[in-house]
Amino acid sequence: MPLYRDEAVVLRAHKLGEADRIVTLLTRHHGRVRAVARGVRKTSSRIGARVEPFSHVDIQCYEGRSLDSISQVETIDPIGAALSRDYGRWTTAMAMVETAERLTPVEREPAVQQYVLLITALRALVSGEHDAPLVLDAYLLRSLSIAGWSPSFDECARCGSAGPHRAFSVAGGGMVCSDCRLPGAAAPSPAAVSLLAALLSGDWPVADASEVRERREASGLVAAFLQWHLERGLRSLPLVDRDDRRLAT
Amino acid sequence: MYEGVVQDLIDELGRLPGVGPKSAQRIAFHILAADPTDVLRLADALREVKEKVRFCSICGNVAEEPECRICRDPRRDHSVLCVVEEPKDVVAIEKTREFKGRYHVLGGAISPIEGIGPDDLRIRELMVRLADSGIVEVILATDPNLEGEATATYLARLIAPIGIAVSRLASGLPVGGDLEYADEVTLGRAFEGRRRV
Repeated sequence: MPLYRDEAVVLRAHKLGEADRIVTLLTRHHGRVRAVARGVRKTSSRIGARVEPFSHVDIQCYEGRSLDSISQVETIDPIGAALSRDYGRWTTAMAMVETAERLTPVEREPAVQQYVLLITALRALVSGEHDAPLVLDAYLLRSLSIAGWSPSFDECARCGSAGPHRAFSVAGGGMVCSDCRLPGAAAPSPAAVSLLAALLSGDWPVADASEVRERREASGLVAAFLQWHLERGLRSLPLVDRDDRRLAT
Repeated sequence: MYEGVVQDLIDELGRLPGVGPKSAQRIAFHILAADPTDVLRLADALREVKEKVRFCSICGNVAEEPECRICRDPRRDHSVLCVVEEPKDVVAIEKTREFKGRYHVLGGAISPIEGIGPDDLRIRELMVRLADSGIVEVILATDPNLEGEATATYLARLIAPIGIAVSRLASGLPVGGDLEYADEVTLGRAFEGRRRV
Protein backbone atom coordinates (compact mmCIF):
# COMPACT_ATOMS: atom_id res chain seq x y z
CA MET A 1 0.00 0.00 0.00
CA PRO A 2 1.43 3.43 -0.93
CA LEU A 3 2.37 5.63 1.99
CA TYR A 4 2.16 9.41 1.88
CA ARG A 5 2.89 12.30 4.23
CA ASP A 6 1.17 15.68 4.15
CA GLU A 7 0.02 18.65 6.21
CA ALA A 8 -3.70 18.69 6.96
CA VAL A 9 -6.56 20.30 8.83
CA VAL A 10 -9.08 17.93 10.43
CA LEU A 11 -12.53 18.86 9.13
CA ARG A 12 -14.63 16.33 11.00
CA ALA A 13 -14.44 12.97 12.75
CA HIS A 14 -17.17 10.42 13.24
CA LYS A 15 -17.33 7.15 15.10
CA LEU A 16 -16.51 3.84 13.43
CA GLY A 17 -16.99 0.49 15.17
CA GLU A 18 -15.89 0.02 18.78
CA ALA A 19 -13.00 2.46 19.15
CA ASP A 20 -12.14 3.90 15.72
CA ARG A 21 -13.00 7.11 13.92
CA ILE A 22 -13.27 8.10 10.28
CA VAL A 23 -11.45 11.42 10.00
CA THR A 24 -12.06 13.82 7.12
CA LEU A 25 -8.95 15.87 6.36
CA LEU A 26 -8.21 18.75 4.03
CA THR A 27 -4.59 18.21 3.07
CA ARG A 28 -2.19 20.64 1.39
CA HIS A 29 -1.22 18.38 -1.53
CA HIS A 30 -3.79 15.55 -1.64
CA GLY A 31 -7.00 17.58 -1.31
CA ARG A 32 -9.80 16.20 0.84
CA VAL A 33 -9.19 12.66 2.08
CA ARG A 34 -11.02 10.37 4.49
CA ALA A 35 -8.91 8.14 6.66
CA VAL A 36 -9.49 5.64 9.46
CA ALA A 37 -7.85 6.48 12.79
CA ARG A 38 -7.75 3.17 14.66
CA GLY A 39 -8.29 2.95 18.41
CA VAL A 40 -8.46 6.74 18.90
CA ARG A 41 -11.57 6.61 21.11
CA LYS A 42 -9.70 4.61 23.75
CA THR A 43 -8.31 6.73 26.58
CA SER A 44 -4.94 5.05 26.02
CA SER A 45 -4.73 6.33 22.42
CA ARG A 46 -1.68 8.48 21.70
CA ILE A 47 -3.15 10.14 18.64
CA GLY A 48 -6.79 10.65 19.72
CA ALA A 49 -6.25 14.28 20.77
CA ARG A 50 -4.36 15.02 17.54
CA VAL A 51 -7.15 14.09 15.16
CA GLU A 52 -9.87 16.25 16.70
CA PRO A 53 -11.63 18.76 14.40
CA PHE A 54 -9.68 21.94 13.51
CA SER A 55 -6.31 20.39 14.43
CA HIS A 56 -3.48 21.38 12.09
CA VAL A 57 -1.36 18.26 11.79
CA ASP A 58 1.54 16.60 10.00
CA ILE A 59 0.09 13.25 9.00
CA GLN A 60 1.26 9.97 7.47
CA CYS A 61 -1.31 7.67 5.87
CA TYR A 62 -1.52 4.41 3.98
CA GLU A 63 -3.57 4.78 0.83
CA GLY A 64 -6.58 2.46 0.76
CA ARG A 65 -9.18 1.62 -1.88
CA SER A 66 -11.98 3.70 -0.37
CA LEU A 67 -10.54 4.90 2.94
CA ASP A 68 -6.92 5.61 3.87
CA SER A 69 -5.44 4.58 7.24
CA ILE A 70 -3.63 6.98 9.53
CA SER A 71 -0.29 5.59 10.67
CA GLN A 72 1.35 8.62 12.33
CA VAL A 73 0.24 12.11 13.37
CA GLU A 74 2.15 15.04 14.84
CA THR A 75 0.45 18.25 15.93
CA ILE A 76 1.52 21.47 14.20
CA ASP A 77 -1.10 23.66 15.90
CA PRO A 78 -3.85 22.34 18.24
CA ILE A 79 -6.36 24.96 17.03
CA GLY A 80 -9.42 23.06 18.31
CA ALA A 81 -8.28 23.02 21.94
CA ALA A 82 -8.37 26.83 22.04
CA LEU A 83 -11.69 27.10 20.18
CA SER A 84 -13.67 24.64 22.34
CA ARG A 85 -13.39 27.04 25.31
CA ASP A 86 -15.34 29.72 23.43
CA TYR A 87 -18.71 28.40 22.27
CA GLY A 88 -19.31 31.23 19.79
CA ARG A 89 -15.97 30.81 18.06
CA TRP A 90 -16.29 27.01 18.11
CA THR A 91 -19.66 27.10 16.29
CA THR A 92 -18.17 29.65 13.85
CA ALA A 93 -15.24 27.31 13.12
CA MET A 94 -17.72 24.44 12.58
CA ALA A 95 -19.42 26.46 9.83
CA MET A 96 -16.01 27.08 8.24
CA VAL A 97 -14.94 23.43 8.13
CA GLU A 98 -18.35 22.34 6.81
CA THR A 99 -18.00 24.94 4.02
CA ALA A 100 -14.48 23.68 3.23
CA GLU A 101 -15.80 20.12 3.01
CA ARG A 102 -18.68 21.12 0.73
CA LEU A 103 -16.45 23.22 -1.55
CA THR A 104 -14.02 20.34 -2.08
CA PRO A 105 -16.50 17.76 -3.41
CA VAL A 106 -13.97 15.52 -5.15
CA GLU A 107 -11.70 13.47 -2.87
CA ARG A 108 -7.93 13.54 -3.55
CA GLU A 109 -8.24 16.56 -5.88
CA PRO A 110 -5.62 19.07 -4.66
CA ALA A 111 -7.17 22.28 -3.27
CA VAL A 112 -4.18 24.26 -2.00
CA GLN A 113 -5.95 27.63 -2.01
CA GLN A 114 -8.89 26.30 0.02
CA TYR A 115 -6.43 24.67 2.43
CA VAL A 116 -4.38 27.85 2.96
CA LEU A 117 -7.53 29.97 3.33
CA LEU A 118 -9.00 27.62 5.97
CA ILE A 119 -5.80 27.53 8.04
CA THR A 120 -5.54 31.33 7.90
CA ALA A 121 -9.20 31.78 8.89
CA LEU A 122 -8.99 29.33 11.80
CA ARG A 123 -5.85 31.05 13.10
CA ALA A 124 -7.55 34.45 12.78
CA LEU A 125 -10.47 33.06 14.79
CA VAL A 126 -8.16 31.81 17.56
CA SER A 127 -6.18 35.08 17.70
CA GLY A 128 -9.36 37.08 18.34
CA GLU A 129 -7.88 39.97 16.38
CA HIS A 130 -11.14 40.45 14.49
CA ASP A 131 -14.74 39.81 15.46
CA ALA A 132 -15.79 36.17 14.86
CA PRO A 133 -18.75 36.90 12.49
CA LEU A 134 -16.52 39.11 10.35
CA VAL A 135 -13.91 36.34 10.06
CA LEU A 136 -16.67 33.86 9.13
CA ASP A 137 -18.21 36.11 6.46
CA ALA A 138 -14.76 36.95 5.01
CA TYR A 139 -13.95 33.23 4.90
CA LEU A 140 -17.25 32.32 3.23
CA LEU A 141 -16.91 35.02 0.55
CA ARG A 142 -13.29 34.13 -0.24
CA SER A 143 -13.84 30.36 -0.25
CA LEU A 144 -16.74 30.85 -2.69
CA SER A 145 -14.46 33.05 -4.82
CA ILE A 146 -11.80 30.31 -4.92
CA ALA A 147 -14.52 27.84 -5.92
CA GLY A 148 -15.38 30.13 -8.88
CA TRP A 149 -18.36 32.02 -7.46
CA SER A 150 -16.82 35.39 -6.69
CA PRO A 151 -19.55 37.95 -6.02
CA SER A 152 -19.32 41.42 -7.57
CA PHE A 153 -19.85 44.38 -5.21
CA ASP A 154 -18.94 47.21 -7.55
CA GLU A 155 -19.57 46.53 -11.24
CA CYS A 156 -22.85 44.99 -12.38
CA ALA A 157 -22.43 41.22 -12.04
CA ARG A 158 -24.37 40.62 -15.28
CA CYS A 159 -23.41 43.38 -17.77
CA GLY A 160 -20.25 44.77 -16.17
CA SER A 161 -21.44 48.39 -16.09
CA ALA A 162 -19.59 50.54 -13.53
CA GLY A 163 -21.17 50.92 -10.07
CA PRO A 164 -22.21 51.72 -7.48
CA HIS A 165 -25.51 49.87 -7.95
CA ARG A 166 -28.49 49.55 -5.60
CA ALA A 167 -29.67 45.93 -6.02
CA PHE A 168 -28.04 42.70 -4.81
CA SER A 169 -29.10 39.60 -6.70
CA VAL A 170 -28.06 36.25 -5.28
CA ALA A 171 -28.89 34.49 -8.55
CA GLY A 172 -27.25 37.27 -10.59
CA GLY A 173 -23.92 36.95 -8.77
CA GLY A 174 -23.81 40.17 -6.72
CA MET A 175 -24.70 43.83 -7.27
CA VAL A 176 -26.69 44.42 -10.45
CA CYS A 177 -27.68 47.55 -12.36
CA SER A 178 -31.31 48.63 -12.71
CA ASP A 179 -31.48 47.11 -16.24
CA CYS A 180 -30.20 43.72 -15.11
CA ARG A 181 -32.11 43.62 -11.81
CA LEU A 182 -33.83 40.25 -11.34
CA PRO A 183 -37.07 39.64 -9.42
CA GLY A 184 -36.38 39.04 -5.73
CA ALA A 185 -33.21 41.15 -5.65
CA ALA A 186 -32.41 42.77 -2.28
CA ALA A 187 -31.66 46.45 -1.74
CA PRO A 188 -28.87 46.49 0.86
CA SER A 189 -27.60 49.68 2.47
CA PRO A 190 -24.45 51.19 0.87
CA ALA A 191 -22.60 50.62 4.18
CA ALA A 192 -23.39 46.87 4.09
CA VAL A 193 -22.16 46.67 0.47
CA SER A 194 -18.93 48.47 1.44
CA LEU A 195 -18.48 45.99 4.30
CA LEU A 196 -18.98 43.02 1.96
CA ALA A 197 -16.42 44.44 -0.50
CA ALA A 198 -13.98 45.02 2.40
CA LEU A 199 -14.42 41.45 3.64
CA LEU A 200 -13.81 40.03 0.18
CA SER A 201 -10.71 42.14 -0.44
CA GLY A 202 -9.32 41.88 3.11
CA ASP A 203 -9.68 45.57 3.98
CA TRP A 204 -9.82 44.91 7.74
CA PRO A 205 -9.70 48.54 8.99
CA VAL A 206 -13.00 49.17 7.12
CA ALA A 207 -14.52 45.84 8.27
CA ASP A 208 -13.52 46.33 11.93
CA ALA A 209 -15.00 49.84 11.96
CA SER A 210 -18.43 48.67 10.72
CA GLU A 211 -21.61 48.86 12.83
CA VAL A 212 -23.48 45.82 14.19
CA ARG A 213 -26.51 46.58 11.96
CA GLU A 214 -24.40 46.52 8.78
CA ARG A 215 -22.71 43.32 9.89
CA ARG A 216 -26.04 41.56 10.34
CA GLU A 217 -27.26 42.76 6.95
CA ALA A 218 -24.00 41.59 5.32
CA SER A 219 -24.15 38.20 7.11
CA GLY A 220 -27.69 37.62 5.77
CA LEU A 221 -26.57 38.33 2.20
CA VAL A 222 -23.49 36.10 2.54
CA ALA A 223 -25.63 33.23 3.92
CA ALA A 224 -28.12 33.59 1.04
CA PHE A 225 -25.30 33.71 -1.54
CA LEU A 226 -23.67 30.62 -0.01
CA GLN A 227 -26.93 28.64 0.12
CA TRP A 228 -27.71 29.51 -3.51
CA HIS A 229 -24.38 28.11 -4.74
CA LEU A 230 -24.21 25.09 -2.44
CA GLU A 231 -27.87 24.23 -3.28
CA ARG A 232 -28.26 22.55 0.12
CA GLY A 233 -27.74 24.85 3.12
CA LEU A 234 -25.02 24.28 5.70
CA ARG A 235 -26.23 22.39 8.78
CA SER A 236 -23.93 24.31 11.08
CA LEU A 237 -24.66 27.86 9.87
CA PRO A 238 -28.03 28.26 11.70
CA LEU A 239 -26.34 26.92 14.87
CA VAL A 240 -23.57 29.54 14.90
CA ASP A 241 -23.97 31.21 18.29
CA ARG A 242 -25.34 34.65 17.43
CA ASP A 243 -25.57 35.88 21.06
CA ASP A 244 -21.93 35.12 21.67
CA ARG A 245 -21.00 36.75 18.40
CA ARG A 246 -22.83 39.91 19.38
CA LEU A 247 -21.13 39.95 22.79
CA ALA A 248 -17.76 39.62 21.09
CA THR A 249 -18.26 42.83 19.12
CA MET B 1 -28.71 -14.98 -1.31
CA TYR B 2 -30.71 -17.39 0.81
CA GLU B 3 -34.42 -18.07 0.70
CA GLY B 4 -37.19 -16.45 2.73
CA VAL B 5 -36.79 -16.24 6.50
CA VAL B 6 -33.07 -17.08 6.55
CA GLN B 7 -32.30 -14.09 4.31
CA ASP B 8 -34.70 -11.93 6.37
CA LEU B 9 -32.75 -12.85 9.53
CA ILE B 10 -29.40 -12.09 7.84
CA ASP B 11 -30.75 -8.73 6.64
CA GLU B 12 -32.02 -7.80 10.12
CA LEU B 13 -28.76 -8.83 11.83
CA GLY B 14 -26.81 -6.88 9.21
CA ARG B 15 -28.57 -3.69 10.31
CA LEU B 16 -26.99 -3.92 13.79
CA PRO B 17 -24.00 -1.63 14.47
CA GLY B 18 -20.65 -3.24 13.71
CA VAL B 19 -22.22 -6.27 12.03
CA GLY B 20 -21.32 -6.65 8.35
CA PRO B 21 -22.93 -9.05 5.85
CA LYS B 22 -20.45 -11.85 6.55
CA SER B 23 -20.86 -11.59 10.34
CA ALA B 24 -24.65 -11.45 9.92
CA GLN B 25 -24.52 -14.68 7.94
CA ARG B 26 -22.35 -16.36 10.59
CA ILE B 27 -24.67 -15.30 13.45
CA ALA B 28 -27.75 -16.42 11.48
CA PHE B 29 -26.30 -19.91 10.96
CA HIS B 30 -25.26 -20.05 14.61
CA ILE B 31 -28.89 -19.31 15.56
CA LEU B 32 -30.14 -22.00 13.13
CA ALA B 33 -27.80 -24.56 14.69
CA ALA B 34 -28.44 -23.51 18.31
CA ASP B 35 -30.73 -25.19 20.82
CA PRO B 36 -34.34 -23.88 20.42
CA THR B 37 -34.57 -22.92 24.13
CA ASP B 38 -31.44 -20.72 23.84
CA VAL B 39 -32.87 -18.99 20.77
CA LEU B 40 -36.24 -18.41 22.48
CA ARG B 41 -34.46 -16.97 25.51
CA LEU B 42 -32.68 -14.50 23.20
CA ALA B 43 -35.99 -13.63 21.49
CA ASP B 44 -37.66 -13.08 24.90
CA ALA B 45 -34.80 -10.86 26.05
CA LEU B 46 -35.11 -8.73 22.90
CA ARG B 47 -38.90 -8.42 23.26
CA GLU B 48 -38.73 -7.64 26.97
CA VAL B 49 -36.08 -4.96 26.59
CA LYS B 50 -38.29 -3.10 24.13
CA GLU B 51 -41.44 -3.58 26.22
CA LYS B 52 -40.03 -2.77 29.66
CA VAL B 53 -37.14 -0.36 29.22
CA ARG B 54 -37.90 3.33 28.96
CA PHE B 55 -36.11 6.55 29.80
CA CYS B 56 -36.19 7.88 33.37
CA SER B 57 -38.57 10.84 33.57
CA ILE B 58 -36.11 12.72 35.81
CA CYS B 59 -32.60 12.06 34.49
CA GLY B 60 -33.08 10.44 31.05
CA ASN B 61 -31.17 7.28 32.00
CA VAL B 62 -32.53 3.87 30.93
CA ALA B 63 -35.03 2.48 33.47
CA GLU B 64 -37.68 -0.21 33.88
CA GLU B 65 -39.85 2.04 36.09
CA PRO B 66 -40.92 5.63 35.34
CA GLU B 67 -37.90 6.67 37.43
CA CYS B 68 -34.50 4.94 37.33
CA ARG B 69 -32.87 3.10 40.27
CA ILE B 70 -30.49 5.98 41.00
CA CYS B 71 -33.18 8.69 41.04
CA ARG B 72 -35.34 6.53 43.38
CA ASP B 73 -32.48 5.83 45.81
CA PRO B 74 -32.89 8.11 48.90
CA ARG B 75 -29.26 7.47 49.94
CA ARG B 76 -27.90 9.36 46.92
CA ASP B 77 -26.68 12.92 47.46
CA HIS B 78 -29.34 15.20 46.00
CA SER B 79 -27.13 18.29 46.10
CA VAL B 80 -24.67 17.13 43.40
CA LEU B 81 -25.59 16.44 39.79
CA CYS B 82 -23.34 14.82 37.19
CA VAL B 83 -24.15 15.66 33.57
CA VAL B 84 -23.23 12.96 31.03
CA GLU B 85 -23.84 12.43 27.32
CA GLU B 86 -25.18 8.84 27.24
CA PRO B 87 -26.63 6.23 29.65
CA LYS B 88 -23.47 4.12 29.19
CA ASP B 89 -21.46 6.99 30.75
CA VAL B 90 -23.57 6.58 33.92
CA VAL B 91 -22.47 2.93 34.10
CA ALA B 92 -18.79 3.93 33.60
CA ILE B 93 -18.95 6.47 36.46
CA GLU B 94 -20.91 4.11 38.74
CA LYS B 95 -18.10 1.54 38.34
CA THR B 96 -15.67 4.00 39.99
CA ARG B 97 -17.79 4.02 43.24
CA GLU B 98 -16.49 7.57 43.74
CA PHE B 99 -19.64 9.51 42.90
CA LYS B 100 -22.65 9.42 45.26
CA GLY B 101 -24.80 12.10 43.66
CA ARG B 102 -27.36 11.86 40.85
CA TYR B 103 -27.11 12.11 37.07
CA HIS B 104 -28.56 13.94 34.12
CA VAL B 105 -28.26 12.32 30.68
CA LEU B 106 -28.17 14.83 27.80
CA GLY B 107 -28.67 12.28 25.01
CA GLY B 108 -25.53 13.32 23.09
CA ALA B 109 -23.29 16.35 22.56
CA ILE B 110 -23.72 19.54 20.56
CA SER B 111 -22.49 18.90 17.01
CA PRO B 112 -23.37 21.72 14.56
CA ILE B 113 -21.84 19.85 11.60
CA GLU B 114 -24.30 16.97 12.24
CA GLY B 115 -27.12 19.49 12.74
CA ILE B 116 -27.35 18.77 16.51
CA GLY B 117 -27.85 21.99 18.46
CA PRO B 118 -28.62 22.70 22.14
CA ASP B 119 -32.38 22.33 21.50
CA ASP B 120 -31.89 18.71 20.38
CA LEU B 121 -30.46 17.68 23.77
CA ARG B 122 -32.09 17.46 27.23
CA ILE B 123 -30.69 20.86 28.23
CA ARG B 124 -34.09 22.45 28.87
CA GLU B 125 -34.93 19.58 31.28
CA LEU B 126 -31.57 20.13 33.02
CA MET B 127 -32.30 23.81 33.58
CA VAL B 128 -35.76 22.95 34.98
CA ARG B 129 -34.13 20.48 37.42
CA LEU B 130 -31.59 23.09 38.52
CA ALA B 131 -34.32 25.67 39.11
CA ASP B 132 -36.54 23.36 41.17
CA SER B 133 -34.24 21.24 43.34
CA GLY B 134 -31.59 22.01 45.97
CA ILE B 135 -28.61 21.27 43.72
CA VAL B 136 -25.45 23.14 44.76
CA GLU B 137 -22.90 21.63 42.35
CA VAL B 138 -23.05 20.43 38.74
CA ILE B 139 -20.22 18.22 37.45
CA LEU B 140 -19.89 18.33 33.67
CA ALA B 141 -18.76 14.85 32.60
CA THR B 142 -19.20 15.12 28.84
CA ASP B 143 -16.67 13.24 26.67
CA PRO B 144 -13.11 14.68 26.68
CA ASN B 145 -13.26 15.42 22.95
CA LEU B 146 -13.92 18.69 21.16
CA GLU B 147 -17.71 18.32 21.01
CA GLY B 148 -17.84 17.29 24.67
CA GLU B 149 -15.66 20.27 25.66
CA ALA B 150 -17.78 22.71 23.66
CA THR B 151 -20.99 21.26 25.17
CA ALA B 152 -19.48 21.70 28.66
CA THR B 153 -18.50 25.30 27.80
CA TYR B 154 -22.06 26.00 26.64
CA LEU B 155 -23.58 24.46 29.79
CA ALA B 156 -21.17 26.30 32.10
CA ARG B 157 -22.18 29.57 30.49
CA LEU B 158 -25.88 28.75 31.06
CA ILE B 159 -25.55 27.49 34.64
CA ALA B 160 -23.02 29.95 36.12
CA PRO B 161 -25.48 32.91 36.33
CA ILE B 162 -27.89 30.79 38.47
CA GLY B 163 -25.25 30.71 41.21
CA ILE B 164 -24.66 26.94 41.17
CA ALA B 165 -21.04 25.74 41.31
CA VAL B 166 -19.96 24.16 38.01
CA SER B 167 -16.98 21.80 37.71
CA ARG B 168 -15.53 19.80 34.83
CA LEU B 169 -13.96 16.34 35.02
CA ALA B 170 -10.16 16.60 34.99
CA SER B 171 -8.16 15.59 31.90
CA GLY B 172 -4.66 14.27 32.16
CA LEU B 173 -2.29 11.37 32.21
CA PRO B 174 -3.67 7.81 32.30
CA VAL B 175 -2.80 5.83 35.42
CA GLY B 176 -0.11 3.24 34.66
CA GLY B 177 1.29 5.01 31.60
CA ASP B 178 4.70 6.52 30.82
CA LEU B 179 4.97 10.32 30.61
CA GLU B 180 7.04 10.22 27.40
CA TYR B 181 4.19 8.53 25.52
CA ALA B 182 1.60 11.19 26.39
CA ASP B 183 0.42 13.38 23.51
CA GLU B 184 1.02 17.13 23.80
CA VAL B 185 -2.68 18.06 24.19
CA THR B 186 -3.23 15.62 27.09
CA LEU B 187 0.09 16.58 28.71
CA GLY B 188 -0.84 20.27 28.38
CA ARG B 189 -4.17 19.59 30.09
CA ALA B 190 -2.38 17.67 32.85
CA PHE B 191 -0.18 20.70 33.52
CA GLU B 192 -3.20 23.00 33.46
CA GLY B 193 -5.04 20.83 36.00
CA ARG B 194 -2.05 20.06 38.26
CA ARG B 195 -2.69 19.94 42.00
CA ARG B 196 -0.65 20.60 45.13
CA VAL B 197 0.60 17.51 46.97
